[in-house]
Amino acid sequence: MEYEAVIGLEIHVELSTESKMFCGCRVEFGGEPNTRTCPVCLAHPGALPVINGEAIRSIARIGLALDCSIPEKSIFHRKNYFYPDLPKGYQISQFDQPFAVDGHLDVTLEDETYRVGIERVHQEEDTAKNIHAGESGRISGSTYSMIDFNRSGTPLVEIVTRPEIHSPQVARAFLNKLKNTLLYLNVSDCNMEEGSLRCDANVSIRPAGETGLGVKTELKNMNSFKYIEKGLEQEIARQVELLEAGDRIVQQTVHYDVASGDISALRSKEEAHDYRYFPEPDLVPIIASAEFVEEIRSGIPELPHARAQRYISTFGLSDYNAEVITSSRDLADYFEETVAHHDDAKAVSNWIMGELLGYLNATGQDLSECKVTPEELAALLGMIRSGKVSQNIGKEVFIEMCDTGSKAVDIVATKGLTQISDESELETLADSVIEANPAQVEQYRAGKQQVLGFFVGQIMKETKGRANPAVVNQILKKKLA
Amino acid sequence: MNLLRLTAVEALRKMEQGALSAVDLTDAYLSQIADHDGDVSAYLKVTGESARSEAAAIDSSRGDRAPLAGLPTAIKDVLCTEGVTTTCGSKILENFEPIYTATCVRKMMDAGIVTLGKTNMDEFAMGSSTENSAYGPTRNPWDLGRVPGGSSGGSAAAVAAGEAIWALGSDTGGSIRQPAAFCGVVGLKPTYGSVSRYGLIAFASSFDQVGPITKNVMDAALMMQFLVGKDPLDSTSVVYPTDIPLPVERDLSGIRIGIVKELVGEGIDPGVMTVFNEAVEKLKAAGAVIGEASLPHSEYALPAYYILAPAEASANLARFDGVRYGLRAGETSDISEMYEKTRSLGFGEEVKRRIMLGTYALSSGYYDAYYGQAQKVRTLIVQDFERALAEFDLLISPTTPTTAFGLGEKTDDPLTMYKSDICTIPVNLAGLPAISIPAGLSKGLPVGFQIIGKAFTAPHLLQAAYSAELAFGFDKVSPLIERRDHDGI
Repeated sequence: MEYEAVIGLEIHVELSTESKMFCGCRVEFGGEPNTRTCPVCLAHPGALPVINGEAIRSIARIGLALDCSIPEKSIFHRKNYFYPDLPKGYQISQFDQPFAVDGHLDVTLEDETYRVGIERVHQEEDTAKNIHAGESGRISGSTYSMIDFNRSGTPLVEIVTRPEIHSPQVARAFLNKLKNTLLYLNVSDCNMEEGSLRCDANVSIRPAGETGLGVKTELKNMNSFKYIEKGLEQEIARQVELLEAGDRIVQQTVHYDVASGDISALRSKEEAHDYRYFPEPDLVPIIASAEFVEEIRSGIPELPHARAQRYISTFGLSDYNAEVITSSRDLADYFEETVAHHDDAKAVSNWIMGELLGYLNATGQDLSECKVTPEELAALLGMIRSGKVSQNIGKEVFIEMCDTGSKAVDIVATKGLTQISDESELETLADSVIEANPAQVEQYRAGKQQVLGFFVGQIMKETKGRANPAVVNQILKKKLA
Repeated sequence: MNLLRLTAVEALRKMEQGALSAVDLTDAYLSQIADHDGDVSAYLKVTGESARSEAAAIDSSRGDRAPLAGLPTAIKDVLCTEGVTTTCGSKILENFEPIYTATCVRKMMDAGIVTLGKTNMDEFAMGSSTENSAYGPTRNPWDLGRVPGGSSGGSAAAVAAGEAIWALGSDTGGSIRQPAAFCGVVGLKPTYGSVSRYGLIAFASSFDQVGPITKNVMDAALMMQFLVGKDPLDSTSVVYPTDIPLPVERDLSGIRIGIVKELVGEGIDPGVMTVFNEAVEKLKAAGAVIGEASLPHSEYALPAYYILAPAEASANLARFDGVRYGLRAGETSDISEMYEKTRSLGFGEEVKRRIMLGTYALSSGYYDAYYGQAQKVRTLIVQDFERALAEFDLLISPTTPTTAFGLGEKTDDPLTMYKSDICTIPVNLAGLPAISIPAGLSKGLPVGFQIIGKAFTAPHLLQAAYSAELAFGFDKVSPLIERRDHDGI
């Protein structure tokens, strides 16, 4: 039988606000344990939460960028459960009146556009971090545990999609686009290794063509989009196998082992918590007035799709180049800065697509680690355009710039890579090449035009590629005529 | 002269005139504590040494006097005081020293008070007799065989026994007014939002309010001037809309006062009703226009309160888990066992009862029937008060259905105990301000008279209460203060 997967995603985003969600402690990753704490985020007796306005502005940006509607009033609830990393014994979260609802994000994959509905976007707070002493670093087998409250109370936004994703590939593409959007909004660093972006996926399958929902399982805390895609593939395959064998799917949390590629069950949902949600009496409702929403909306930066459209219309970039370059805010910023110093946007985009991304791919570097600034790339492109260095030499110079961080002008000077455009010098070289290869001269003169390339090659060889190809062509044609 | 008879306003005046030193005043209170607190047990901790040095610093300072300089003050142990043990009457916080001071205490300290110590209370403010304290009960200064009321029993008893010139209390369902009534002193619960709750150890967050327990209405007005105001650390606090002037001598001409008919009927002790009715006659004589008011849903106030307050408490008390501070049970093998043992050992019976009540009321499948329904009742009671207070300027009732009862008399029957707050709880559901002032004695025990006002109208409420106080002419003090009259200090 043919099956269709049904996937819904829950994404947690730590906001990069100055201070925590409900107190004045600074938000930062890591650091000496328990140095960014206060009575509020340690839940000392009598301490009270106060809403961080900057966090509310951030979640408003997220909600609006995802085309959500922002209800005029939303409230916080207490979500009750005991765990050592949750100092109050409840998490301040949102329940039936979240901050933003009913949005969507369009994702393009292989020329196909998929609309993924956003059910809700709500504000909550992060927990502290348990550190288990012992070799494994896990709770089982540890002799004692410690708690670092630096993370306690960090603003956290939860984004919940509708179960409208039908393939692991679209799930990954959605997450990429969402992450990119969040980076554009400048609300989070979205660093998955540091946990500022975390994703859980719910997945079920059903016979193709049916509309009901099957029993779902949950893949928790996947730490890269690639593994989410792979984990979902594995889990879908496992579910299909179970149904084909006539077995039943159990609602549970499953774990995808990245190393082995295996899926294993973590816990059954049957022992689900009763969180006893009720309205948080220590906080007043959040009122999002029409003026506030409009103010936030007007401050939202140009998002990837709009930026790509602008590149196509004003810079004449191809659809493909525009999409790749805007797929990351950093890359698009790099592109625009380079164009600001070198107005041949097409050349800039070709270099970024070819040489820059090629180098980053080959070395596994991130753009933020790249040693070549946009100004320096522009300077190199300027030297190529003016004929100071050839296109090919330029590519070698670029690699050296990336490796060493030296400026193009210095590399060209120290290595003597300046292009030779001097006619008398090139004429002398042409004469000697013609004289040394009488047979090829014969062929050319007999009408075999492509032999010209042979002579150009010989001159390039003599000059180690520095000869200006246009001038060389011109001279050879004249002398061989 | 018996210094213990001086009110805060009188003592301030004498100190400003140079007729009384802060040290002498503080010493008078400390020696009363030394002589009688062994019997009364109003205090959990007396900070005599620091009190004396605070008083000495005030006497030796040459600049302008702070507005409350030298007033010996008792603080309910529900309020955090930096570096000074704060137990909330619970074993789970035995020896707990807060790392910060509650906003309201800080404001009083900044205004110059001398802190005498921390007063006893029902554990986590849950109770009406102070018998639920993990550190033993407080006794009523008028009759040591009786309870002082609760949960601010320690604060009320301290003021009544001459062990503090005034005190801070907190009121969730009557915890300021009921003990004030039992101890023959004045207790005011401000409008919800008037006083910062930052540093007040939470029982039921949407009800809790800090307020004064004083010898008279004038002192309550004085303390209120320093308590109210917006605190950036408490989102539910507000900028108080008006000044709170000290009341002046005036009668009650033209003031429309409604007797809440549901709170004067069945279940109110006849001796209490006699004093109440006499008091109403005195208000009439002072020019008040008396009528009958109705709060038709008030019979549902108690059940609604005993769902909503425990529900909030069940979450508020979750932080006492043995992980970061306070008691932690030893000899446990995993985290669940540690939680269970710590909380089993650390909490008393009444606290456990309310945590279970609240947890149950919020449970999946029961939420709508209990918590949801109780919220609706709360709304109806708010509307009852709105209607009644549209017709009347103020509402009145006895503060409590009986006078102070005997120690141990109601400890076996929680429901009977809960009913001692029947007249005060509706006010907390509506968040309104209310004051209890002594109206007279019944069989030698004080009877409290409750006056309820409109939200954020403390000046009107205090002025009317002051006029009523003058009309009642109640001038009795507990025997523990009276006996100092002959000491010849």
